[in-house]
Amino acid sequence: MSATDREAGSLRSAYYATRPISRDNLVPEDPALGLIAFSSPFDPAPSIRIEEGRVVELDGKAEADFDLIDEFIARHGIDVSAAEEAMALDTLAFARMLVDPGVPRREITRLVAGMTPAKIAETLALLTPVEILQAMQKMRVRRTPSIQAHVTNRVDHPLLIAADAAAAAALGFRELETTVPILRDAPSNALALLVGSQVAAAGALTQCSVEERLELELGMRGLTTYAETVSVYGTEQVFVDGDDTPWSKAFLASCYASRGLKMRFTSGSGAEVLMGASEGKSMLYLEARCIAVTRAAGSQGVQNGGIDGVNVTASVPDGMREVIAENLCVMMHDLESCTGNDTLMSASDIRRTAHTLPLLLAGSDFLFSGFGSIPAYDNAFGPSNFNAEDLEDYLVVQRDWGFEGGLRARNEAELLALRRRAAEACRAVFEELGLASFTDEDVDACVLAHGSLDVPELAPDLVPSAGERVMEGGVTVLDAVRALAEHGYEAEAERVVEMLRQRLLGDFLQTSAIFDEDMHVLSSLTDANDYAGPGSGYRMSHERRAEVAAVRQVWSPADLAAEQARAAGCLRLSELGPARVRVRPDEVVVGLSPAFAEELWAALSGMTVAEVLRQVLAGIEEEGVGSRLVRIRRSIDLGNIGWTAARLSGSGIGIGLQAKGTALIHRADLPPLGNLELFSIAPRVTPELYRALGRNAARYAKGAEAEPLLLPESSEPLGPRYHARVVAMVAVERRHSQPADPVELEASWPS
Amino acid sequence: MAELTYPLSDGSRDAVLTASGRPVSAITLEAVLAGEIGETDVRIAGETLLLQADFAERGGNRQLAENLRRGAELVAFSDDELLVFYEKLRPGRSTAAELDELAESLAAREAERCAALVREARAAYVRRGLIA
Repeated sequence: MSATDREAGSLRSAYYATRPISRDNLVPEDPALGLIAFSSPFDPAPSIRIEEGRVVELDGKAEADFDLIDEFIARHGIDVSAAEEAMALDTLAFARMLVDPGVPRREITRLVAGMTPAKIAETLALLTPVEILQAMQKMRVRRTPSIQAHVTNRVDHPLLIAADAAAAAALGFRELETTVPILRDAPSNALALLVGSQVAAAGALTQCSVEERLELELGMRGLTTYAETVSVYGTEQVFVDGDDTPWSKAFLASCYASRGLKMRFTSGSGAEVLMGASEGKSMLYLEARCIAVTRAAGSQGVQNGGIDGVNVTASVPDGMREVIAENLCVMMHDLESCTGNDTLMSASDIRRTAHTLPLLLAGSDFLFSGFGSIPAYDNAFGPSNFNAEDLEDYLVVQRDWGFEGGLRARNEAELLALRRRAAEACRAVFEELGLASFTDEDVDACVLAHGSLDVPELAPDLVPSAGERVMEGGVTVLDAVRALAEHGYEAEAERVVEMLRQRLLGDFLQTSAIFDEDMHVLSSLTDANDYAGPGSGYRMSHERRAEVAAVRQVWSPADLAAEQARAAGCLRLSELGPARVRVRPDEVVVGLSPAFAEELWAALSGMTVAEVLRQVLAGIEEEGVGSRLVRIRRSIDLGNIGWTAARLSGSGIGIGLQAKGTALIHRADLPPLGNLELFSIAPRVTPELYRALGRNAARYAKGAEAEPLLLPESSEPLGPRYHARVVAMVAVERRHSQPADPVELEASWPS
Repeated sequence: MAELTYPLSDGSRDAVLTASGRPVSAITLEAVLAGEIGETDVRIAGETLLLQADFAERGGNRQLAENLRRGAELVAFSDDELLVFYEKLRPGRSTAAELDELAESLAAREAERCAALVREARAAYVRRGLIA
């Protein structure tokens, strides 16, 4: 490398090149290609013309020029009784109504029903991110937010799907979605998911996302309870490329309804750009068309918010704001919002979290349309924005902010028992129905597995032929019920039958319907969002808050006691009487904190207090200087402890030592809260450093030069790791503190 | 019969019937194990979908109501028939005449709303060049 090359780039920029964010590729705005989030110059101006109750012009296009999407929206998606009033509203005024908690949700949905896609897109473009979130809080359909999981693995292992489904339901996911790398496996996945989903609790809905026709057939057989991947697009070209029209999708929606199946459509910005047919329109405008088609077709909800196209949306300026705007657009149409976050959108943990967090704070009907409940490598949809690896982070963030994230921590023993029951139930059903057989090793491995890399390989044709047997043998949910009951899984069989009854009652066909674990239906009609400002809308119950608070990382004072007990008795300190004053000129007095070796026995570094003290005293001794020990009870403050020791010392030099391991050197003529040297970061102090501290104190006492002491380099954040312990240890020190004079001590080290 | 209210699962399980005419409350695990429950016993009844359509309409979503009413019309059709109809409605699959036939066959079995949807699709497909 030449000198010029070296000068060309700083070490800082070389460092930036190693950051994950450097792997994200962004693009300049390019409206012609549809690479624009809001307000493309090619977006139409909002307009509507109604003649004799018929929409004859929509967003600048006359009836004769309508494409399939325009026509479908014009015929089915516009409430002509509200259209003229709604379209005449000043867009800014309407944007303010949308955000204002004082304007009822109902009033907004009434007006939106009469609006065109361009009018809605124009409104949403005016909102800042926080305004979008504020509007979401009011406009979401269901009061209680919920969450959906992806349950898949790279080999479609049925027992692993069942075990993971049980774990997902136990964690609180209310919809479970699977898919397949190989289409022939789909019926096997659907059945395994159905069985596993009913082990932990009642009421979790399941779906198997595959090609439209097969997905419908699985639903008709009762092997799934809802469908979601009924895709719609914002331009005619891409809609037809997707091998459908608004009419075929509407008919499909009616087919699902005819079998009592819940169903939502899928859209999401970026898809039209990826297919090279965006017509130069903004992503939000095209998405507004998708959502209008969805409402017009009578689907109860929408999965959107990027989805597969999120990386395209994320590559343009304002992309993430567009994503939450399209989620809000669904809510404005009074449709169930299943709000994406299901595609890993950045190599950067900061950036992918920034994508998801705002929505979590605002709330939606389904915060994720697939949180990967399995490891990222097992996610057959491709890694979700959050996966099993991130579950505990999610639980802690939910606890931090107190938003309703839908999940709860479960302990290992509970989860293992549920996973075993699910894997065994699934094995029993597959064997009873003659689909496939498994070994005990298969079951054991699936119970304990993190992912499919941890389980023995199945014969290559096992899953596809199980799938084919399901299809050819006409296996339905009734067969699954019988197999479960006959093998001792009556509770699960009973839950599947209740789900069947629910399909016959149809309550969950209403917008945003889910079941709680007691099989109460929560929908637009029973759990309507009533947010109208502070003090209204969804609020966590005390029980739910306690559940959210109980994460694995919670560390209690009892844990401190147990940790300290392991080192108890490592050092014996005998009291000799009142502390003596200035015994000899070449001495260092070491002042110990109130609970040091009384109730606190282990420092934050993990060293025992005996070892800390031994090192300090050894360092003093190495310099040929004498030492004395005193207990300071009047203060727990390290400066005060060291200063008091220094004033008792013949050299004027003292050391202060707290049980948690913080230490300093003090001198009698300094102010009490001053010091000569300080180890404030106790977790990182080593035995060698305590010894060096002792040596330096002795050198000050002799009037010699001290050696510089540096803590080892580290960027680990110590606060989050040690703060709870520090608080608990300080409380113990405080309890041992009293208005008493210093006491002379003698130390002994029990062997 | 007293007017049924949403949710039907709460208090109307005896009153709501399945497509085969049994009360929903009769669909029990015991009945399944006794082999008494067949495919049509676990199919939602058109009447139930119409009830849910009314709930949806009163809730302010007439399109959802319309879809549930179309669904009610389709209860009588077999799974295979529905899959065939869906296929015919996909782009470029059918001639105009075939779509007319589809509409007629739907209308002949009292699926008037679905027939109207197909007729509307036919006109749009012809105009936009999506006819086979």
